[in-house]
Amino acid sequence: MTEETLNSNEEAVDEAALNEEASRELEEMVAAESAATEEADTGDTGAYTIQNDAERIAVIESLIFVSEEPLSAKTIADVLKEDREVVQKNLQELQTEFNGRNGGLQLREVAGGWQFATRPEYHEHVRAFLKSRPSAKLSIASLETLAVIAYKQPVTVPEILEIRGVQSPSSIKTLLDKKLIVAKGRKDTVGRPMMYGTSKEFLMQFGLKDLTELPSVEDFQDLAGGS
Amino acid sequence: MADENTDATAAQPAPDDTAAQINVAGSSPEIVADDTTDDLKIVMGEFEGPLDLLLHLIRQEQVSIYDIPVARIADEYLRYLKAMQDMDIAVAGDFLVMAATLIELKTKMLLPRDPFAAPDEEEDPRRDLVDQLLEYQKYKAAAQMLWSRATVERAVFKRAEIETDKNNPEVAVGLFDLLKVFQDILARHKEEVQLEIEREEITMAEMLERLRNMVLSAGELNLRVFFERARSRRELVVAFLSVLELVRTTEVRLIQRETFGDIIAQVASA
Repeated sequence: MTEETLNSNEEAVDEAALNEEASRELEEMVAAESAATEEADTGDTGAYTIQNDAERIAVIESLIFVSEEPLSAKTIADVLKEDREVVQKNLQELQTEFNGRNGGLQLREVAGGWQFATRPEYHEHVRAFLKSRPSAKLSIASLETLAVIAYKQPVTVPEILEIRGVQSPSSIKTLLDKKLIVAKGRKDTVGRPMMYGTSKEFLMQFGLKDLTELPSVEDFQDLAGGS
Repeated sequence: MADENTDATAAQPAPDDTAAQINVAGSSPEIVADDTTDDLKIVMGEFEGPLDLLLHLIRQEQVSIYDIPVARIADEYLRYLKAMQDMDIAVAGDFLVMAATLIELKTKMLLPRDPFAAPDEEEDPRRDLVDQLLEYQKYKAAAQMLWSRATVERAVFKRAEIETDKNNPEVAVGLFDLLKVFQDILARHKEEVQLEIEREEITMAEMLERLRNMVLSAGELNLRVFFERARSRRELVVAFLSVLELVRTTEVRLIQRETFGDIIAQVASA
């Protein structure tokens, strides 16, 4: 890693030397400039004021793009010093506009935030380009355990095993290792067993806005009973 | 659109496939070629637990979950366990516990009913098991829903990492930054009038050792401090080369915590 950095920079030394010269020159100019404006400075942060909704939507779009994690409306509102409702409305407008394009990207709400992502339709091409294989799937046992935790959280290991009718907690360990579930404290009962719930990673990996987006478990009863 | 279709089929419960492959009543395991690997595998139906197997048997025998013919299902269940044992497949304890439960239920069902008890007072001995099966069935269906969601989600890609994602100081230091520090010190050396009484030459090996010790003892070392220790231009050059050498051998790595900040040498493994 470091070696690579050094090598690539070796070739760039001339360019860097030039850049250095340029930056020194600019620094002087900046220094002169700031000295000149020092008296005129009113303590303003200098942040550019957003004029209208169209502009705010554009700014929000750029913020979502650079954010590594899904970006919440609250964070956007904080950054823009704007009402959450306004941001929320702008987000909806942006989503309608962006997704109306029917392009290769979608703007979607996931894990309590907003995110740009590719559309699943084109996954084969994307995967071919990235040279990536689909990530390992969870076993049925793990998915069953995850389903129990998702719907019953916070839930203890004995409760999970009871519903699944098995004795081995190994799939719970798997889910914990994969960070799909998190410990949620201890239950105030005999033995004070640890309780588990789903994580933010769970929402991300299953493309859920939040837990309320999960279909009601009672609906599954009809579904299962019908078969 | 194409994906929605595949997904719709994929969302179908997996047990349907299993049901087509296994015939527990006949207990004749199939040997099939696995498409994904070259291995042959024995298809016995993969059951996630005794409840899963029971649900499968109930479906296979086409009986109502609310009125399970315990004797028949228990026999099928035991036959399945026997088939597993014949094939030297270790039967998990959970399956044995359920076998015991089923046998117990079977005997209870055989007992004549209390003729004096009112019909609605009498508890169906199957009640607990049915409740458990119904509860499990819900989560099994939910697991299938999660499975199809995960399949779609795996086809969705987020953008690749960009420079602002990780505030990784390691990448910030290049050879040029290193040279700059070196030149700063060199310039200072020029200005200072040094009174050199004796000339002590330090070899590259000694310098490497000194640098290694200094980095190791503190875990990290500000290169400015290191270079400033050098008492001659020659020593400074040797010091500089030794830094390059240790970086090359990846014993230390260089980081810069802020732009134009001091360059720090760290033990690479840390």
